[in-house]
Amino acid sequence: MPKTVFSPSIDSRPTYPGLVSQGAVPGIMVADDAGAAALIDLATSDASVMDRAHVLLIGGAETTATRLGNLTPKALHSAPDLEAAAPLFDSLLLDARMGTQLYLAGSEGLIGFATARATAAGLPLDAIQSEHRGPIGRRMKCVHCKGITEDVLTDPFTCSHCGLTLFVRDHFSRRLGVFQGVCVDAETPGDIPETVEIRA
Amino acid sequence: MKKLVVKVTEVEALSPLVKRFRFEDPKGAALPVFSGGAHITVEMPEGETIRRNSYSLISDPYDGSAYEIAVRREDMGRGGSRYMHTRVQVGDEITISAPANLFQLDLRARKHILIAGGIGITPFLSQLRQLDMEQKPFELHYAARSRAEAAGLKLLPEAAHIHVHISEEGARMDLGAILDGQPLGTHVYTCGPDGLIKAVADQAARLGWPKTAVHSEAFIAPPPGEPFEVVVRSSGQTITVKADQSLLEALEAAKVEIDYSCRGGACGRCQTHVTACDGRIEHNDHWLSEDERAEQKTIMPCMSRFKGARLELDL
Repeated sequence: MPKTVFSPSIDSRPTYPGLVSQGAVPGIMVADDAGAAALIDLATSDASVMDRAHVLLIGGAETTATRLGNLTPKALHSAPDLEAAAPLFDSLLLDARMGTQLYLAGSEGLIGFATARATAAGLPLDAIQSEHRGPIGRRMKCVHCKGITEDVLTDPFTCSHCGLTLFVRDHFSRRLGVFQGVCVDAETPGDIPETVEIRA
Repeated sequence: MKKLVVKVTEVEALSPLVKRFRFEDPKGAALPVFSGGAHITVEMPEGETIRRNSYSLISDPYDGSAYEIAVRREDMGRGGSRYMHTRVQVGDEITISAPANLFQLDLRARKHILIAGGIGITPFLSQLRQLDMEQKPFELHYAARSRAEAAGLKLLPEAAHIHVHISEEGARMDLGAILDGQPLGTHVYTCGPDGLIKAVADQAARLGWPKTAVHSEAFIAPPPGEPFEVVVRSSGQTITVKADQSLLEALEAAKVEIDYSCRGGACGRCQTHVTACDGRIEHNDHWLSEDERAEQKTIMPCMSRFKGARLELDL
């Protein structure tokens, strides 16, 4: 599946220009199953990018892990989901030195989650590269109960924590790595627009 | 711009060329607190002109009881620092601007490295108090030619993370050793001569540091030069800029309204459109890009001068 192209939106909405090799420098790479293809493309463009890279595969299939292992990164780690990956990712950031490149590939949820943790660790945004691959489900925060719903594909959607019907906004929180969902029928309860699939 | 009248309460020679000044509110009221790296602009009236120079605050940002600055005497300059050294006495009342900051710490950083060359130590003196207060890890590297010239020595606490490099004693600063292997999320800040700022930026780039983790401040007083003339487009008025005057000062003396902040070519506030230019603008600022300089369509009146037949400004 090729790189996703999103339609232009407000400045707050993150964009994912794609991964470009910075050479054989220390690297941390985080990808999900779809994002792994972007890492394979990256290594195809410059095999040396894997020489000093820690690759963290999240929720990937066994075959995907094997394909990434064949790129001979410095280390390959796996975790079932983002929450489970967080302690390892944080410790990689803690041990890393200035000059380390961060490569993120996969869903908006993964990229947002990893970017938020990396910036909290002090990494500036211009040291972070990202490429969107796979489904366009969004990681949405309910601005009312603060609960986060993963992989939201429709607008509006039901908050998985408080049950409010939320409008999917392009307004993004870099601190939390989430899009903001706002109650769609706050003023006229029950007046809910037709549910549509979100688009790229 | 908000102005404050303050009383000079202390003047101390820190080195043969550098004096420290302490300013307090004449009635003892609290002054606005500021953030590490902030500066004030000091007004120096002399005859019919008012000279204004910006100086970094060196005192504790959280202490509203006084502001302190350190001024290096530049005998080749327009006379601002000479005025401070020879005319300003304890008990005088002077006018300053409220603090403004063009050199803030990026508080998202995990660690801060402060690199000072010579009088470039001044903004870091307030920053290190802020970093201490916020308990943020930092290291400070201060390079000076000789111990006698190193005015900052009297103002720096002794601590393991404060390093002094005196080149006369053979202790030159090794930028590679300072920057290599720093933890992810480190930011570096440089203040001092252009050569030092460039050397730090080059070294950081070689080590793969992101650009937004590399900060610098090089604001300097405007250089003197040959007198020249400038035409104000709205009124057709021709104004002469004297040798020891900046273009901004000449415009102010002629009562032409123009906005400003740093007066050192760093903030961009006084950027002015050039409507006619038959000659060459001497760009002395750190604001305009190489392309903008080459176009000669815009000028920073606080720093830059002109050589040629006609310069007309959109004022």
